[in-house]
Amino acid sequence: MFRFRDKEMAEKILQKLREMDLQITLMHVCGTHQDTLVRHGLQPLLEDVGVDIRQGPGCPVCVTTAKEIEESIALAKAGKTITVFGDMIKVPGVEESLSDAKTEGHDVRIVYGVNDAVDLAGKVDNEVVFIGVGFETTTPSIAVAVSRRPPKNFSLLSCHRVIPPALKAIVEMGEVRLDGLIEPGHVSTIIGSRPYEFLSEEHGIPQVIAGFEPLDLLMGVYMLAKQKEEGNARVDIEYRRVVKPEGNPAAIKVMDEVFEPADIKWRGFPTIPASGLVLSDEYQEYDARQRFEDDLAELKDKEFKEPKGCRCGEVLRGIIRSEECPLFAKTCTPMNPIGPCMVSAEGSCNILFKYSKYAEGK
Amino acid sequence: MLLVSFITTTSIPSIVCLAIPAKVLDIKGDVATVDFGGIKREVDISLTDAVVGQYVIVHTGFAIQVLDEEEAQETLAFFDQILGENVA
Ligand code: SF4
Repeated sequence: MFRFRDKEMAEKILQKLREMDLQITLMHVCGTHQDTLVRHGLQPLLEDVGVDIRQGPGCPVCVTTAKEIEESIALAKAGKTITVFGDMIKVPGVEESLSDAKTEGHDVRIVYGVNDAVDLAGKVDNEVVFIGVGFETTTPSIAVAVSRRPPKNFSLLSCHRVIPPALKAIVEMGEVRLDGLIEPGHVSTIIGSRPYEFLSEEHGIPQVIAGFEPLDLLMGVYMLAKQKEEGNARVDIEYRRVVKPEGNPAAIKVMDEVFEPADIKWRGFPTIPASGLVLSDEYQEYDARQRFEDDLAELKDKEFKEPKGCRCGEVLRGIIRSEECPLFAKTCTPMNPIGPCMVSAEGSCNILFKYSKYAEGK
Repeated sequence: MLLVSFITTTSIPSIVCLAIPAKVLDIKGDVATVDFGGIKREVDISLTDAVVGQYVIVHTGFAIQVLDEEEAQETLAFFDQILGENVA
């Protein structure tokens, strides 16, 4: 029944990889892939057969900047009702998190999705601000909600980002050796395989879109190793049961209607051109940054530093692994996180802590 | 049944990136009642053309794609093929 977890088949794939006598470094950009790798103990098995996999900037909460967290806190303090995904609430800004603001008595609420925030706006008189975080997997749902013209007291603080420009940035920065990219299955569910093709064509990088069961990932690695061996560079889809080359056209359409690209900074990265999303002209009335310009004025041109000692930036660029951060599991734990990579369930510090010996006895 | 193997999560936390499969039980307009391996929940299906009985991938309250059962079988057949033997 659990065929995408079949142990025997996993061993066979690993054996094939071993026979190929590899020495490769791959990157994935998805917290759920990191979860699969660590939860099922695949990382050491893969290292054993010469495959080093790094997590790139694939955690939407982690790449959100301190400035965006500070904006959310400022709006909470200005009396707005803040609605947010659960794994954003504990991310530290400069001195505190949304969770701290909530403890101080400000109105911060966790929602499961944007529709909960819209429903809430329909029931209360206060301004309801939704903190829109997420890649292409999440953005279509926000776009649908906005396109339905929610109540006037609803607004969006868009922290949305898109993946392909970030991959381009990683490749062009050239800090890590990249023999292949494992593309995120659910982002690709929306955008399809085509937006990645330029990376294979212009930069010669083999790519595979992989699912999230252990066999999906192992097979994805094998497909990349095969491409490399045969001297190919293209985008293969392993996760065919969900990902089509054209993606989900209805989702792409509504995203294009409601949002337009903008340059945006990612944590650990410089500003990446056209990697962010802002509301298009037609939906500007829902833009929290415009509506509450006065409340956010103070933050506008401020620069923010990373938390002292936190190496999330390097983790997100694939340069170091979480365990190489000196604060990991010492001063930085999920109960007392120093950086966002320890807070989000998609952050590699959090994932490593959760499944490792450090979590014992917690 | 094969697709049951995709369902591994029993609680549905508020996590931005999580997407999990669920079976469509009933559809009324844009809203479907779906079953996450025992937990029932209403989700918005306006982004898909899912019908009752299919599995959809659900993310933050929205179905984002229909799970293609035939492709799932073919993927497994493809695994078998490149591994050079049948795995039961
Ligand atoms: S362990 Fe903590 S301090 Fe170190 S990189 Fe991760 S989040 Fe930052």
